[in-house]
Amino acid sequence: MDKMNEQEFMTLADGYLRNELNDSEREAFEKYCEENTDAAEQLATHQFFLQQLKDHTDRAALKNTLASVATKYHASGVSLTNKRHEPFVVTLWNKFKINSLVAASVAIVAVFSTLWLSGYYKTIEKTSSNYSALRRDMNTVKKNVNAQNAVIRNINNEQRKGNPAEGHFGATGFVVSANGYVLTNYHVVKGADSVHLQNTKGESFRANVVYIDPTNDLAMLYISDSTFKMLKAAPYTFKEAASDIGEDVFTIGFPRDEVVYGQGYLSSRTGYAGDTTAYQISIPVNPGNSGGPLLDSKGHVIGIISGKQTGIDGASFAIKTEALLKSISAIPTDSLDNKLIINKKNMLNGLGRTEQVKRIQDYVYMVRVF
Amino acid sequence: MSKLSKSNVPEADLETIAGIALGNAEAIAGLYSDYFPMILNMVVQNNGTEEEAKDVFQEAVIVLFDRIKRGNFELSSKLKTYIYSVCRRLWLKQLGYQGRAFHDISSYEETIPVEEDLVQHLEKDMHLSLMEEALDKLGEPCRSIIQDFYILNLSMQEICEKFGYTNADNAKTQKYKCLQRLKKLFFTAKSNSKKVIESNGE
Repeated sequence: MDKMNEQEFMTLADGYLRNELNDSEREAFEKYCEENTDAAEQLATHQFFLQQLKDHTDRAALKNTLASVATKYHASGVSLTNKRHEPFVVTLWNKFKINSLVAASVAIVAVFSTLWLSGYYKTIEKTSSNYSALRRDMNTVKKNVNAQNAVIRNINNEQRKGNPAEGHFGATGFVVSANGYVLTNYHVVKGADSVHLQNTKGESFRANVVYIDPTNDLAMLYISDSTFKMLKAAPYTFKEAASDIGEDVFTIGFPRDEVVYGQGYLSSRTGYAGDTTAYQISIPVNPGNSGGPLLDSKGHVIGIISGKQTGIDGASFAIKTEALLKSISAIPTDSLDNKLIINKKNMLNGLGRTEQVKRIQDYVYMVRVF
Repeated sequence: MSKLSKSNVPEADLETIAGIALGNAEAIAGLYSDYFPMILNMVVQNNGTEEEAKDVFQEAVIVLFDRIKRGNFELSSKLKTYIYSVCRRLWLKQLGYQGRAFHDISSYEETIPVEEDLVQHLEKDMHLSLMEEALDKLGEPCRSIIQDFYILNLSMQEICEKFGYTNADNAKTQKYKCLQRLKKLFFTAKSNSKKVIESNGE
């Protein structure tokens, strides 16, 4: 059979697919397709195409039927009788369950992070702790108000004198090494702009914080003032061994602007909340006593006053000398200008208390923190 | 799987299937009254509305119809299970698109895997929409001629009279031209969409 043109072929193919050809035509067509792969392919494509066309029509018909059936069915309201009726609230809850859960968790996170950010937990910690550090607040509010009034009064004269900044806090410190090293509590100098030391004669020296140990609440100051003259060796020594309960102890410090003597006894070998690096002592101490030396009757320093328990009478705490010396020995030597010499010779043993205090008080300073 | 044995396929299901194969409205109405409440329940329980349930059910019926049309459809389980599985799959997919959650992962009806059927359904849907587009582009009177000749099986003579051609040969030529155009439209669109799918797959 000769090669047909496309239109002829299509006409034949249509006839073939519609079963309109007679037997001889059919045979001829089939033979032609067998001989020409192109033609066979074309026939297959045509068939596929017609199938798609039919499917399309079928689908359209089905969709029509479906739509009419669905409308009829839904209109009859069968669905509603079979559908479980839930209260409005339940449907709402089902719909917004996830949303509300998310909102709730966001709210929880927000509440707690806000509490945390605003320092609420720190306040709780503070209020639930009965430990109070004994640095003296210098009535700042009152003084500020006074200063302000003074400024207001002077505002017309424009004679603003250099208003001497008043110390914010006062505490006590004592000499460790006669060349100018003074020990006090870390909580005293925390956040300090400058630190001044004042002795019982009223002389004031500028000091630098050369070492801090927040864990033991200790700070080492060095008197950097040029007017400072090296002292004679301190009369007291440090007693490293633990002292016994009931031992007679005393301290001197600056709970006010004058040196104050306090006497009592050692009441427990552990400090606040079982702290083994501190003693509990029974000496009336007040804000300002912080950093004062705690001595036994022979003139050995056995600790440094650090705080007291609020709400309980006569429960004060002192950091043990053992912890103190350990902390001092941890100071890197190259960070110090002068060598730290700890006195080994006790000059207080056997003296009466008044004499002891008289000798010691030259070595105890009021620490003023600005 | 013992539940899925043939003994569990009721006579009524086979009848329904035969009815659907013919596009019988009664059979479809039967499907609705038997299974729609179940599907409505599933969709509404899982973040859906009644309208969405209607759409899902309608699509499931189309899937079933296609499956039957393709032949060799042997129901390996109850028709109910088949329809439920298809609807569940469809609804899950729709939820997935919208990012909504499906709580009821452990379904309260048994399901059978129907992914294969759905893939074929999707492919077919694509072809049909291409065909729809092609037919729309073709325009009249070509569309009617093609429809009359290939679907309604009218003879060329009848078409010639209907459309007022002077002779059957003219009509034949016209039909041939229309067919060629339609074919071109359809196959171009098809190869284009294939390319899109392939490039998306990369």
